[in-house]
Amino acid sequence: MTKVAQISCGTEYSGIQWMLNDIAERVGIELVYPEMELSKIGEACREIGFEAESPSLNIMMARAVSMLDDPAIKGALLLTCFKCSEGTIVKDMIRRFLHERTDMPVILYSNVEKPKEIELYSRLDALKTLITRKTLLMREKQEGVTMGVDSGSSTTKVVVMRDNEIIGKGWLPTTDPVKSADDAIEAALKEAGIERVDAVGVTGHGRELVGEHLRADLNLEEVSVVSKGAALLSKRHKGDATVIDMGGMNNKLILMRDGIANTFNLGGICAGSSGRFLEIAARRVDADITELGQLAMESKERYELQSYCMVFGIQALVVALASGVKREDVAAAACRSVATQVYDNQIHEMEMRPPIIFVGGVSLIEGVKREFENMLGVEIIVPPYSQYAGAVGMATLVSGV
Amino acid sequence: MKVLVYPPNSMILSDLVERGGHESLALMREIGEHVRDAEIDAPPINITEEDLKRALRYVSVEEPAGLKGRIGLLAPLLEKAEASIILSDAPPTYGCMGCAVADEFFKFLIRKREIPTLEVRYEGGERTEEMVTEVMTFLAQLSKEEKK
Repeated sequence: MTKVAQISCGTEYSGIQWMLNDIAERVGIELVYPEMELSKIGEACREIGFEAESPSLNIMMARAVSMLDDPAIKGALLLTCFKCSEGTIVKDMIRRFLHERTDMPVILYSNVEKPKEIELYSRLDALKTLITRKTLLMREKQEGVTMGVDSGSSTTKVVVMRDNEIIGKGWLPTTDPVKSADDAIEAALKEAGIERVDAVGVTGHGRELVGEHLRADLNLEEVSVVSKGAALLSKRHKGDATVIDMGGMNNKLILMRDGIANTFNLGGICAGSSGRFLEIAARRVDADITELGQLAMESKERYELQSYCMVFGIQALVVALASGVKREDVAAAACRSVATQVYDNQIHEMEMRPPIIFVGGVSLIEGVKREFENMLGVEIIVPPYSQYAGAVGMATLVSGV
Repeated sequence: MKVLVYPPNSMILSDLVERGGHESLALMREIGEHVRDAEIDAPPINITEEDLKRALRYVSVEEPAGLKGRIGLLAPLLEKAEASIILSDAPPTYGCMGCAVADEFFKFLIRKREIPTLEVRYEGGERTEEMVTEVMTFLAQLSKEEKK
């Protein structure tokens, strides 16, 4: 079992501790609660440089300081209540403090009283990979002939790589995950002009099913794999970086150090911040999804959708078109809506460490990239083959198995 | 009388209430009931759905989960209370609520009940004796009123 410190201000009062314990056990994590003397609380607050009004948040900081004394602890899970502003500040301070003092992965979560099990599972699963697969994740180069399969919720991506070069690609909508993977693999192998590879790695939502079908040599969750792919595609293996990964149905914000994720935040609460929202918006402005970004770039007048919601946001978009707003301005508004929601729900909980690397299918929509650049005031890097980040990461990692 | 103490897990205040001849309403007792209830699965590390529902009488759905949980757990004490003692600025060793917002909100709910309430500040050191005297005088006063 991998020891992870649970640093929280009282999850038992939110009624979710049983779920945390249950999921942790399933992914092979032992949650520990670093103890400290009450008299040390003030000292710990001074060390971190903040004193909260809530006594439990001060205790939380003291636990964070105390965990540094236990070498058996390999990662940290920071939890406070969703909508607690003081908790959010303290959580972020502790994350920064731990990143200054250690290189262990830290994950943050804002809990409600009935969190979705999958949200907690995916976070703890990723944390486990980041701790236990650290040597593998340090790989900076793909070797031999390998294949990476990213069985995503919207599309299945496959790359075949030879000696750190992509030689074949396949990208298909995910229907039956196994069939979609088989078809995308066939396309990738055909383009590569080969019939077999040395090793196959699988990631994405369908990784269990597809991994079993392909008898994959490696099966890993998306956070560690996508961040590795983003580092490889953008050739940023050293220092800090931030990865924004936006797919058809969910998105991730990952802070990396030396090409390995050390903090991340997962979306998935609202469809309004997904690629799916843009697909529907594209249909409404009578454009193909591949043209939406370019159309948005032609916008001259700023128009705001009054809702992020998949239903009401699209309704606002329809009303705008009916009232004579130009389709390019509506396309830009849809891109802004998606980027703003990612900003509000994910980016604002973490600092942005430049360079910022944008990957996933949505990264191909230029209008969204521009909105992020306007919001953050920094240039965003969209590396070549950005939509294949997961598959490239997987092809690279499996070459080290 | 049933005297609610604040901080609600203060052993020292609970002890003073008992010594003053009253029944203390403290969090430990409430959690103890959760522990002894065979129908609750994993106490005391989890509040139950019933606790959360109970909280909705006092807080809105959109409040943070931990605030709802804390208020839900404390609500039965509040509803039973016939008097209360609120100790402010107490050090952590005196017991604490944990969450500053839940803390303020619970004090507000106590005041809103309009039951006899003593509000006293913890100053420590030599002033501790004065504080204890103040608490005991209040408790004696409650006993007199009860006899009437």
